Amino acid sequence: MNRLAGLLGLGAGVLMVLGLWTGLINAPPDAVQGEVQRIMYVHVPSILAAYVAFTVVLFASVAFLLRGTRGWDRLAHASAEVGVVFTAITLFTGAIWGKPTWGVWWTWDARLTGTAVLFLVYVGYLMLRSAVDDRERAGRYAAVVGIVGFFNIIFTHMAVKWFRTLHQPSTLQRGTIDAALVFPLYVNLIAFLVLYAYFLVRRVRLAALDEAVEARALEG
Amino acid sequence: MNFLTLAGHILRKDLRIEARSREGLNTLLFFSVLIVFLFRFALGSSEVQVRQAAPGLLWLAFILTGLWGMARTFQIERDNDCLESLRLVPGDLGGIYLGKVLVGCCLMLATELAILAMFGIFFHLDLWAALGRLVVVLILGTVGFVALGTLFSAITAQLKAREVMLPLLLFPLVIPVLLAASQLTGLALAGEGLSAEPHWLRFLVVFDLVFLVLGYLTFPFVMED
Amino acid sequence: MRPAVGLRVRGLSKAFRETWALRGVDLDLGPGETLVLFGPNGSGKTTLLKVLATLLRPTRGGGAVNGADLVRDRDRIRRFIELLAHGSYLYEDLTPRENLALAAAMRGGRPEAGVIAAALERMGLSEVADERVRTLSSGMKRRITLARLLVGSGDLWLLDEPYTNLDREGSKVFEAILQEHQDRGGMTVMATHNFLDGFKLATRLGILARGRLILDEPSGAMTLQTFQELYALRAEGGGR
Repeated sequence: MNRLAGLLGLGAGVLMVLGLWTGLINAPPDAVQGEVQRIMYVHVPSILAAYVAFTVVLFASVAFLLRGTRGWDRLAHASAEVGVVFTAITLFTGAIWGKPTWGVWWTWDARLTGTAVLFLVYVGYLMLRSAVDDRERAGRYAAVVGIVGFFNIIFTHMAVKWFRTLHQPSTLQRGTIDAALVFPLYVNLIAFLVLYAYFLVRRVRLAALDEAVEARALEG
Repeated sequence: MNFLTLAGHILRKDLRIEARSREGLNTLLFFSVLIVFLFRFALGSSEVQVRQAAPGLLWLAFILTGLWGMARTFQIERDNDCLESLRLVPGDLGGIYLGKVLVGCCLMLATELAILAMFGIFFHLDLWAALGRLVVVLILGTVGFVALGTLFSAITAQLKAREVMLPLLLFPLVIPVLLAASQLTGLALAGEGLSAEPHWLRFLVVFDLVFLVLGYLTFPFVMED
Repeated sequence: MRPAVGLRVRGLSKAFRETWALRGVDLDLGPGETLVLFGPNGSGKTTLLKVLATLLRPTRGGGAVNGADLVRDRDRIRRFIELLAHGSYLYEDLTPRENLALAAAMRGGRPEAGVIAAALERMGLSEVADERVRTLSSGMKRRITLARLLVGSGDLWLLDEPYTNLDREGSKVFEAILQEHQDRGGMTVMATHNFLDGFKLATRLGILARGRLILDEPSGAMTLQTFQELYALRAEGGGR
């Protein structure tokens, strides 16, 4: 487990440096937006990492409810925490990107709103966890929110999309992006996913240690 | 025990309690009068402005009163540890969820009709023409709200910080209902048929079904120790 | 195959975060036996009753009631236990009669009106049977919860401090009911602080201290005085 974490940490470090270099230095500036568009290399990968994180929360939550194994609960908890961090990064970089391109920090655009709601749902998830003393119960309540919240987000995204949207179409979906920008984007995507995996493994380990300490106190 | 039987017991019990204490319904009604007045003053003197905002305000009023109604559905089980006795019911605990959803819908719909009437009177909306369509939207929106509200009410009733946690968990999740239902309400108030925007109608129906099923499936885990 | 009759518990432990509420409790109870548990506050009496009632899951160990497992066969167990807990489980805006009917219905039973009326009569509640519970005194409320024992058909009664709020009259009726339950072959685990009352009904005496069942003897084996001395020595005396 520790070897895996070390490997992931190393990989994440190398890939992040590589990603930043290709994105910020190597890649040409955007034809329309210029230099500011480079923020995409952080903005897009972090929201994708967040989506992966919350999908992991969903599956781990289902598994925990069905099996009751502590490991699934730790995985769900860890993934939710990391996912919230990445969502926060997305919102933050989005605001920075929005100011020069749209002229405002925040706008009630569909994707923005959807992401903000996503953030609120999982912050609620974490607050609920900390509001329950008993770990078993905290895990079960949180799992319910992790499942219901995930499906809810799908509806939220659909609903807000039906309002008029300001956001440029999803970077990866529109297919109009220049190849010179695509490569750095993919490097950064992989870098962020490895970074997510690294954080996850670390956080799960921390939770396991926490529980081990408690178990020892119980036996002692 | 069969879950429909169980749901029936819960529904009958709670309606009897509500009918007798009237604490719930009276408070809900009074609360909704207050909200209508607050909205009126917050929006200034322009009639047009109020009418434009009416669909959204209407659902905001429903959700604010609904929050209180949802908190109540499991609050009454906290007295004398009744929640503990519900946990001891043999059989499908999902029946308790279904029963509580039905109770919640009854309370909410009664309140919503009252709020609707007040909107009609105070904001000069012509409700009669659209009443049938409005009721359809009311029911669809309420079921979605209550399906989520009941689940989270059961969770938060067992917490120390329940007053804050319920809105914190519930409000982000009811945004889709708020959006879809106020769109459809807007249509109905404008005198158009709901089929003018069939995607919102379908959306609400699917939303209701998905969260009823999810609530029913996850509820037993909420009730377990 | 006939399922085993009786309560059988082995190595039952329950942890709450960093403390053990129960540590390795072994317990056997046969038909007609009444085990009265004594123990200081926090010794695990309520936890034990709740685990037996399937309200709490054991952390380790387990047990069975009439052959039904405490964890796997929860639904089955719930049909033949009656729990009298700290909370009264009463709805204040329903009448005693309605409360009893509801409690029975929620267990899947459908008692005849006569059974409920008889239970109310027995507990001296006939006159208030159709008043709202909200208007009754706490002693009356306790009597309603006792009437639930009469309406239910449970084999195993789990009673947590049943004497609380009961007057002398109520205590007498309760003792008579428990005696009948014993005579029918019913089993009872009762937790109490009241030596005098607890001693009267017990066929077995137990002491819980720090989550351990440190004594479990037939009640004929000692007098009240020896038992109290033993209790002072082993449960309160601080000796491990």
